[in-house]
Amino acid sequence: MRIGVITFPGSLDDRDAQRAVRLAGGEPVALWHGSHDLEGVDALILPGGFSYGDYLRCGAIASLSPIMTEVVDAANRGMPVLGICNGFQMLTEAHLLEGGLIRNDHGTFICRDQVLRVDNATTDWTSGFEAGQQITIPLKNGEGGFIASDETLDRLEGEGRVVFRYVDVNPNGSLRDIAGITNERGNVVGLMPHPEHAVEPGFGPDTPAAMRSGVDGLGFFTSVIRRSLVEA
Amino acid sequence: MPTIVVDVMPKAELLDPQGKAVAGALARTGRSGISAVRVGKRFELTVDGPVDDALKAQVREIAEEILSNQVIEDVVGIHYEVSNAELVESAAGEASDGFPAPAGETH
Repeated sequence: MRIGVITFPGSLDDRDAQRAVRLAGGEPVALWHGSHDLEGVDALILPGGFSYGDYLRCGAIASLSPIMTEVVDAANRGMPVLGICNGFQMLTEAHLLEGGLIRNDHGTFICRDQVLRVDNATTDWTSGFEAGQQITIPLKNGEGGFIASDETLDRLEGEGRVVFRYVDVNPNGSLRDIAGITNERGNVVGLMPHPEHAVEPGFGPDTPAAMRSGVDGLGFFTSVIRRSLVEA
Repeated sequence: MPTIVVDVMPKAELLDPQGKAVAGALARTGRSGISAVRVGKRFELTVDGPVDDALKAQVREIAEEILSNQVIEDVVGIHYEVSNAELVESAAGEASDGFPAPAGETH
């Protein structure tokens, strides 16, 4: 499976996302924000970072990039799209996902290994998990507070579109502990924590078994690859 | 050249951590009597041509779709300003009462 990772000016985790795709058995394809060509990829990742220095609003200017026209079209046709951190912010700015991300309620940047509960294990990016499963992946953001109107929050919960919730600690003031959501079709997923930083033993979060051995993020990438093989 | 000012504020019902931090600093430095601070954004758009209805409609669209995110922010004002120099110039041309035109007029 060929998975495109789009690099925007100020993207930081594009290489890490490419590496995660490779470790999961896929073929990463580097895509450029200024192009209108998705190069025939089967899925897309919008990586973390600080596109355009977070000018205007996080992800706002990137969401107006040339390639976003094709991203929105592809997402609406059902192509799997994963937005991580700044990529999640872009997806909300592009109206592919509801809600918005605002500055952390405590006002400071936070970086920690974060426990999440997988509430929806049917999306293109979470089908390899069990519903209710707890995973630990890194979280690092300054503006990760998920907000939406009560009506939107009720709808997201009612339709099972909350994909991840923070467990033990709500690190940024996100309403109803929401860490990630999906669209109605389940092909577009956005979350603030970083699965691509927990894909290889020796470089992931600590686990009771061994330091830095956590690879809970790998399931995101193997999920989308396995589903593409089943459908092929 | 006409300047268009767009003011954007975080939605009133949302927590504004930036404003909260500023309010905290005011209290710490002994400036009492300020109970809350909210921080917003001011955009200044300079236009070349006349400010007509078509341009105003376009500015409103830009303000609501790009300069603000309606999920988390509100556009609280759009003001059309003419520079002081232009006001003085037009006042000198049309009237000759010797008084400079009011500065920073908003209309």
